[in-house]
Amino acid sequence: MKASEKTGGIIGWKDLELGCALIEPGTSKGFKTGDWRSQRPVTDKEKCIRCGLCWILCPDMAYRPTEDGFFDSDGNYCKGCGICARECPTDAIAMIREE
Amino acid sequence: MIAEELMAKELEELKDFRGFKPRELPREELVSPGHRACLGCGEVLAMRLVMKALGRDTIVAMPTGCMEIISSSFPQTAWEVPWIHVAFENAAAVASGIEAGLKALMRKGKIKDRRIFVVAMAGDGGTADIGVQALSGAFERGHDFVYVCLDNEAYMNTGIQRSSATPYGAMTTTSPPGKRSIGQMTWKKDMPAIAVAHNIPYVATCAPSHYIDLMNKVRKAALIKGPAYLHIFSPCPTGWRCPSDMSIEVSRLAVQTGIFPLYEVVNGRYKITVRVDRRKPVEEYLKTQRRFRHLTRDVIERIQRRGDENMVKLECQEKFHSYYMNALQYASSPAQS
Amino acid sequence: MGVRVAMEVSIAAAEAAKLADVDVIAAYPITPQTHIVEHLAELVADGELDAEYVPVESEHSALSACIGSSAAGARTFTATCAQGLALMHEILFIASALRTPIVMMVVNRALSAPINIWNDHSDIMAERDCGWIQTFAENGQEVFDLTLHAFRVAEDHRVLLPIMVNLDGFILSHMIEPIDIPEKEEVRRYLPEFKPAMRLDPDRPISMGPVGIPEVYTEAKKQLDEALVASKGPIIQAWDEFGKIFGRHYKPVETYRCEDAEVLLLTMGSISETAMTAVDIMREKGVSVGLIRLRLWRPFPLDELRAAVKGADTLAVVDRAVSTGGPGGPVCSEVRSALFGLPNRPKVLGFIAGLGGRDVTLEMFEEMVNQSIEYAKEGKEQFYELVGVREL
Repeated sequence: MKASEKTGGIIGWKDLELGCALIEPGTSKGFKTGDWRSQRPVTDKEKCIRCGLCWILCPDMAYRPTEDGFFDSDGNYCKGCGICARECPTDAIAMIREE
Repeated sequence: MIAEELMAKELEELKDFRGFKPRELPREELVSPGHRACLGCGEVLAMRLVMKALGRDTIVAMPTGCMEIISSSFPQTAWEVPWIHVAFENAAAVASGIEAGLKALMRKGKIKDRRIFVVAMAGDGGTADIGVQALSGAFERGHDFVYVCLDNEAYMNTGIQRSSATPYGAMTTTSPPGKRSIGQMTWKKDMPAIAVAHNIPYVATCAPSHYIDLMNKVRKAALIKGPAYLHIFSPCPTGWRCPSDMSIEVSRLAVQTGIFPLYEVVNGRYKITVRVDRRKPVEEYLKTQRRFRHLTRDVIERIQRRGDENMVKLECQEKFHSYYMNALQYASSPAQS
Repeated sequence: MGVRVAMEVSIAAAEAAKLADVDVIAAYPITPQTHIVEHLAELVADGELDAEYVPVESEHSALSACIGSSAAGARTFTATCAQGLALMHEILFIASALRTPIVMMVVNRALSAPINIWNDHSDIMAERDCGWIQTFAENGQEVFDLTLHAFRVAEDHRVLLPIMVNLDGFILSHMIEPIDIPEKEEVRRYLPEFKPAMRLDPDRPISMGPVGIPEVYTEAKKQLDEALVASKGPIIQAWDEFGKIFGRHYKPVETYRCEDAEVLLLTMGSISETAMTAVDIMREKGVSVGLIRLRLWRPFPLDELRAAVKGADTLAVVDRAVSTGGPGGPVCSEVRSALFGLPNRPKVLGFIAGLGGRDVTLEMFEEMVNQSIEYAKEGKEQFYELVGVREL
C-alpha cells in the first residue's frame, strides 16, 4: 500500500517508499485545513464583478472558478484569513463568524 | 560590444513571452491546498504565484524552512512538480547538481532534450545567512537556474528570530527592543545587490500585492538562460504581528512607501518596474505591524531617510545604464583607438 | 584485453570513474585527494569523458550537488578527505537516507587540530554511522577495482545506497603502481548503464525528503538499516562477478596465514601489506601469527569476521584513529562488540598506530604481536594503547 493511502503516518517500514519519498503528487488535498477556521467568506454575487482577485490572492488555493464566471470558496481548505474580503475591490465579500 | 551581445541574447530568449494577462492567468495549481501554512501567509501565496508562472516542467529544490515544513508533512505532499529537500544551507548547490545532471543526461541522449526549469526556493535565512555561500558559488558557476528568496524577514519557522534580512528596528525574539536596544540594530542586507554583483543575467524584486509584475518576472527569470535571482517580499502575519487579512495590504504599502521598491536588473541594466509617483511616508507601513510598535519618532525618521536615500540610489542606478553605454561607445570609437 | 600501465593511484581512481562513464562530478580540492579530481577535470576538458564537471565552492556543496544530480538520474562521482569529509558530515546522512547511489573516494587523512595532511583513519571513523557502504583498498589495483565495484553495487536496485571507497592518503594515493586497466567493453559488461529507481522527473512528480514526523522517523531509519545490512549479499555477488570477468578476487574479510595461528593481527587499508610482510618474518621466527584484513567496513561483515577468528587465542586490532575518551579504537570497539558472547572468542587487544602520517613499521607489528602474547599469558585484556607514543 502506498504511504499516502494511509493517513496519520501510521505505516510499517516495509511499506515506505525508497528513502521515504512521496510518489503521489498533491496528496495534501486530503488534509482539510478548513477546520482551522473561525470565520468564513461569503460573496454577494450582486456586487461581485468576477475579477478573480479573491482567487489569485488566496494563500490556501481555496477559491475555485465556477461555470458562470464567479469564484467559490472551498470550505475544506479556507482557513478564514480574510485576505479576499479585504482585497475585494467592490466589497462583495463579507467574513461571517463560524458557529 | 559584449553589453550589446547580452541584450541581443536576452531579446531572443524573451521573444515569445508577451506577459501574463490578469484575466488569463494559469488556473492550474502546482502547490496544492491542504498545506499547513498559517492564516494569511504571504509566503505561501508568493510561492503559489511563482509556481503558476513557471508551470509543470519545473523541478524545485527547497531547503529547510517554513515552506518546506508546511508543504511536505509525511505522508502528504502539496507538490504537483518534482521536489527535493536536502538541508538548510544548500538549496543552490542541490539545484546546481540537478541542473548539471539534466544537462549531462540530455546531452548524452539518456533523457529527452527539453527545457526543464530548475528552481531553488528558500527563505531569507536560507538565502542571506546560512545559504549565501552555496548561492554565491552557484551564481558564479553560471548554472541555468532560478533562485527565489521568499523573504519574510526573520527565522519564522523556529519562532521569529532575527536574520540579516530583518529590517532595522524590527522586534524579533533575538532582537528584542529594550533599554539598550531599538530591536534589530542593523540595516537589512541588500541581497539583490549581492546577486547583481555576480554579473548574472537577471535579478528582480517582487511583491505578492503586484502579482502580475511578480509572475512576469518569474517567467522572465526562467526563460533567460543562466542564473536568475528573485527576491520576493513575503509578509508573515504571525511573525510581523499583524492581522491575517493584512498580508497584501502590507505588501502594497511596502512598495508604496519605498520600503521595498520593485525593480529588475537585466544584464546589469536597472529598471524600476512599479513606479510610485507620490510615495507614502514609511510610518504608514510601519504602523501596520506590531513588530515596529516600539519605534520612537527619531528611529522612524532614520528609516524614512534611509528609504529616501535608497530610492535616490535606485533612480541613479536606473539612469546609469545609458550613461555607461554612451561611454562604452565613445571608448570603442575609432577616434579613441 | 586491457593494458597494464604504471600510474599514480589517484589517476587510476579517476580512470575508473572515466571508464564508468560518469555523468556528473562535483568536487572541491583538498590534499591529498586533489589529484583524482584534477585528472577528471582534464579528462572532461579534453573531451575524453562526457560529463558535467561542477567545481563547487566547498565540500558541503560538493555532496549537495551530488545529491541533486543523482536525484536527477545521473551517475555521480566525487572525492574528498579529512576536513572536507567532516564538512560533508551533515549531508552524508541525507545522501544515504534519500538513497542516492553516489560513489565517493575518501583519501584518508588525519582530522585537525593540529592541522595535518597525512594519513590515518580519523576522518572516516567519524563517519562510520552515516549509512554509506564503506570499503577499504590496500593497493593501487584494488583502488581501481573497488571504484568500478562501487558503481555496480550502489546502483543495484536491491541496494541503492551511496558508497565510499577508502584509500590511504599519500601512502596509497600518491604511489605509482602498475595498474591493469580493462577495455571499455569489459567494463560495460560488468557495469551496465545506470537505471535510476526513481528520479526528479516532471512527467512523474515525486517529493523527496519530506518531513519525517515521529510516527515515521523510526520506520525510515529501520528501512535504511535493513537496506545497508542486506547490501552485503549484492556486494559479495558483485565481487564474485568481478573475479569472473577480470580475474581478481575480493572478499569482505581476507585472511593471511591464519591457519592454526594463536595470535591474529587485524588491519584495514594499506598497512595490511606491511602487516603481511611482518607476518611472514614472524612466521619464519616460529611465531604462530596470522593476519585478518577488513575490506568491508559497512555493512559490518559480522559472520565473516567471526569465522576468521575461529581458533585463535588473541586478536590484536590495529586502529588508525583514536576514539577519544572511549573504550578503544573505533575498529577495536566494534570487533570486541562483534565477538562478544561468542564461545571461545579470542582476547581482543587494541593498538592505535600510524596517526597523522606516522609510519607503521615491520618492527611495530612485531612489537604488537609480542605484547599481545605477553598480555595473553597474563590473562590481561587491555582496552587500547598508542603504539610508539613518546612518554617523556
